[in-house]
Amino acid sequence: MTSLPTPSAKKLGLVIDLDTCVGCQACATSCKEWNAQGDSGPLTDTDPQGKDVTGPWFNRIHGYEVKEQWRDDSRIVNFPRSCLHCEEPACVTVCPTGASYKRAEDGIVLINPDTCIGCKLCSWACPYGAREYDYTQGVMKKCTLCVDRIYNTNLEPEDQVPACVKACPTGARHFGDLGDVNSDVSLLVKERGGYDLLPEMGYKPTNKYLPPRARRNTEQAHIEKLPKSDGSTMEKLFLWADKLLSNKSASAAANPDDNSGKLEG
Amino acid sequence: MCACRCGIKVYLKDGKVTYIDGNRNHPVNKGVICGKGAAGIKQHYSPARLSKPLIRVGERGSGEFREIEWEEALRTATLWLSETRNTNPAKLAFFTGRDQSQGLTGWWASQFGTPNYAAHGGFCSVNMAAAGLYTYGGSFWEFGEPDWKHTKYFLLFGVAEDHASNPLKTGLGKLKARGAKIISINPVKTGYSAIADEWVGITPGTDGLFAGALIYCLLEAQKIDGEYLSRYTNSPWLVIENKGGADDGLILRNAAGTPLVWDPTTNATKVAMTFGSDPCLLGRFTLPDGRKVVTSFTLIAERFSSPEYSPETVAAKCGVAAETTRRIASELAHTAFNEAIELDIPWTDYLGRRHEKTIGRPIAMHAMRGISAHSNGFQTCRTIHILQIMLGTIDVPGGTRYKPPFPKSIPPNVKPAGKLGQVKPNTPLPGPPLGFVNSPEDLLVDEHGTPLRIDKAYSWDAPLSAHGMMHMVINNAAKGDPYNIDVLFMYMANMSWNSAMNVPDTLKALTSKRIDGEYVIPKIIYSDAYASEMVHYADLILPDTTYLERWDCISMLDRPISEADGPADSIRQPVVEPDRDVRPFQTVLLDLGARLGLPGMTNADSNPRYPGGYPDYIVNHERAPGLGPLAGFRGKDGTAAGRGQVNPNQLKAYIDNGCHWYQELPDNMKYYRHVNWDYLDWATFFGFLPRPDPIIHHVYSETLQKFRLSARGHGKVQPPAEHKKRIETYFDPIPFWYPPFEGTMVSETEFPMHAITQRPMAMYHSWGSQNSWLRQILGRNWLYIHKKRADKLGIKEGDWVDVISHHGRIKGQAKLLDGQNEDTVWTWNAIGKRSGAWGLSPDSPESKKGFLLNHLISDLLPEREGGYRYSNSDPITGQAAWYDLRVRVEKSADQKNESWPQFSKLKSLKKAFAK
Repeated sequence: MTSLPTPSAKKLGLVIDLDTCVGCQACATSCKEWNAQGDSGPLTDTDPQGKDVTGPWFNRIHGYEVKEQWRDDSRIVNFPRSCLHCEEPACVTVCPTGASYKRAEDGIVLINPDTCIGCKLCSWACPYGAREYDYTQGVMKKCTLCVDRIYNTNLEPEDQVPACVKACPTGARHFGDLGDVNSDVSLLVKERGGYDLLPEMGYKPTNKYLPPRARRNTEQAHIEKLPKSDGSTMEKLFLWADKLLSNKSASAAANPDDNSGKLEG
Repeated sequence: MCACRCGIKVYLKDGKVTYIDGNRNHPVNKGVICGKGAAGIKQHYSPARLSKPLIRVGERGSGEFREIEWEEALRTATLWLSETRNTNPAKLAFFTGRDQSQGLTGWWASQFGTPNYAAHGGFCSVNMAAAGLYTYGGSFWEFGEPDWKHTKYFLLFGVAEDHASNPLKTGLGKLKARGAKIISINPVKTGYSAIADEWVGITPGTDGLFAGALIYCLLEAQKIDGEYLSRYTNSPWLVIENKGGADDGLILRNAAGTPLVWDPTTNATKVAMTFGSDPCLLGRFTLPDGRKVVTSFTLIAERFSSPEYSPETVAAKCGVAAETTRRIASELAHTAFNEAIELDIPWTDYLGRRHEKTIGRPIAMHAMRGISAHSNGFQTCRTIHILQIMLGTIDVPGGTRYKPPFPKSIPPNVKPAGKLGQVKPNTPLPGPPLGFVNSPEDLLVDEHGTPLRIDKAYSWDAPLSAHGMMHMVINNAAKGDPYNIDVLFMYMANMSWNSAMNVPDTLKALTSKRIDGEYVIPKIIYSDAYASEMVHYADLILPDTTYLERWDCISMLDRPISEADGPADSIRQPVVEPDRDVRPFQTVLLDLGARLGLPGMTNADSNPRYPGGYPDYIVNHERAPGLGPLAGFRGKDGTAAGRGQVNPNQLKAYIDNGCHWYQELPDNMKYYRHVNWDYLDWATFFGFLPRPDPIIHHVYSETLQKFRLSARGHGKVQPPAEHKKRIETYFDPIPFWYPPFEGTMVSETEFPMHAITQRPMAMYHSWGSQNSWLRQILGRNWLYIHKKRADKLGIKEGDWVDVISHHGRIKGQAKLLDGQNEDTVWTWNAIGKRSGAWGLSPDSPESKKGFLLNHLISDLLPEREGGYRYSNSDPITGQAAWYDLRVRVEKSADQKNESWPQFSKLKSLKKAFAK
């Protein structure tokens, strides 16, 4: 079985904002297309135009309807799911060949396709369902955090982020060093109460999810309520309009500097 | 440029597309990409692609085609089209679908001489486009946008996931990051509604009532921007009250035609829009000659302060509690008037009044399909605009902003051509086929009131149908109502399937024959890149390229990609050569134009004017001197913008600039543009406006009143008797709510539920099922039913259910949801495919489990008094009312794991290619 490196100071990962994700699937297809042409490629789909099309995806988006016990209304949550690059990933420790490994330098969990024997132990071990078996190639695959993008100096510096982060139209996906408490992602997690998935499993995921914010559907209720009509709306409007006109002429008369009565130049 | 409007970077390896990424420097998407955009490779390399021109050899629908060479295809098309043009050009119906080249296609139709032209706007968004353009000279959708940077309160009406895609998502992300409040008014809580702070699960078709109730509350509390109304809208204009008279409801004008207002200081009329004291906003007055007049705003206030719009009255119909409506109204008032923002930007209004600051009321709104696709959509959308205008939020900081070339004059100063005597053999029309009518005199009807267009657009059936009525063409043509046609020529429009209302009858119309054995619609030419269902019903197929193999332009002459901060347009350049015998449709169209000898497309020596095809046209075509399809990099040296000589290197300049051009306006021209002196001046130079006149919002629509007067027997052009009541009722110059037609014409007990659809975000503006990645995300659809309702109906998750309308029955599989209006069922549209189409295997889930609601939607309304069956459309604009659908749902007797109806399997076109 495979051993883990000493935990790195640098812990690269994603922060995914469940409050902002609309479930548009841009991250899913961007991930698929980058990785299909990159080191993990070709990610072949079987039966592409047929009855049971299927293929490996490193990032899948699920939509759930959640009903909180104490509320009448439900919430629809769009939940992107990919490898969480755990601190103590069972998928690595169960690997019989050392093909699954966690990088010492940045904490990214990767698979070496040359030594992967496709035994699928890792996918049984991963409680997050993040591993994807490539039936065409007979090896296990998964999110690489776009390791072939983030250090790729052929890309513009601002494009050296995972494809899913680059793609996300709503800005719900963030990438950075979660080992650095002062990084933007760490601060975001702190501010928004970012949380681990299934912390009780003890795998210490690096990726964090930001919970949906409290809805403000009644929060602004302290705002002064508009008066209800007693059937005299038109009369009141006339008074209002009169006041509007008299205020105007009064202010124009009282203030010779008021520009609202003069032509420019 | 991507298949819609975003900028992309396409990476190639050995001539093959390997990766598509968002272009960070593009104004539309600023680097992001959508689910469809990132799956573009599979669109491009789709097995559903057509490979060669085809000519039908079997019966329509049989899939029996013969491959032909382009020369034969073009000669055949030219022969068919020239016969028509030589006799009666109106016998060509030329309708395009989801392309974005209407600048070219509309001009081509006009050069051909047929009035029978439109794109898909008639079943898409004309209600919103027309309501906006007739009210404030702009529109939601891609004509304007919320001020994402400043807005504090955002109301999102109706399914918006289908327009616009990335800009709206990016904007929502910005609002989320800033903590602005988002309210979604939508029967379904998925997508954008899922992240809104508040979801108002409104009953379909009642948004106008809800918006009206908000107006009611604001009027009750006098939370209205009086200055905005009085200076920038026609609220103070005087309306003549002369019951029964020919001038009743018209605006009081002086001899020069200028509207008059009431001056409170002199207690007499004065010319509107002049310098001096503010006019009366409210009141009824008597003129020296004894005539009675009233201000426009008085009429608006009277309408919406009436008890029928109180939150309590509308609550049950809308499915929205009165206290919710009242709270939202309070929040609107609070945000508009207590949280107003001031930008340090001085600007000058149309009268030369200098404003030291730019004041903003930070409430923005956006609406889309859920408003548009109802038979009350035009008046509903106008109601929403009145709400925006009363709060003083149009084109102000934090409000809903125009995107140049908008605002336009109200209505835009282009009239539809094709009047009696304007359609002549071998002669172009004197103007474009689509435009904006301003009075009954502008209609395209004959002396008996019979429609002159095949789709009955601009007739008494739908006088303001500014985008045409593509949804009526096939069935009208098959009935010969109002006349028969010779050639139906369509592009990128799946009219035999997911773009048709009433698919079964449309198929009959496409295949019905005359006694002599000839098809009733004798010739159908169709261009598409894919083996869609429509291909099987055409006679001549002109295979198109994909978006990665062609030139295109998103033009100022059509619907450019402008930003609120300034005009922008863009091009698409080919990144790969076609690997098969296909040609870009726009180039083919220019070729056909030259073969037909259309004046604009041929030189004096009869040679083609644009031998280089579409890119040649994009650069060298001039609509008016110095004005062409592209506004940027004009002039010999490429430094002119807007107006300028043709620049032979223009396309290169665009490519060097990331395939777009954008000019940010100076700060003093970014807001209040409808009344902004500097902006109006600049826009006139740019050709956006005929004159630098202020664009005063029409809260009261005199245009509508002119139609009403005609129905009352006034004016030169009057509706036939059977149309009078309808015109009188719906052409109300003050917006109002009426129930969607289908609901009023069928029994509510028999059809108690509403049925609507939405487009999945990953298949934005497309029908991407042939895409092997996207179909893994959504390869079939379900019928979503509210849990409580399903309980009552004894329906469980996974049950197959029958959905029955007055028109038909379908069978689909149920999923249950809490987050939707209880009286509504919904599904994803255009997922269901006909077996054998789109290069999919005949047993694909799209065809065996997927289904369309289209089969339930009638193209005509049930018979009305007099037996006439109107189109199932908005009575004002002709917008297809496909969201009006009423149904009942029952558990299917037959629980077989298959949707119904199953149409006969279409023959694979692969065999035709092989021959």
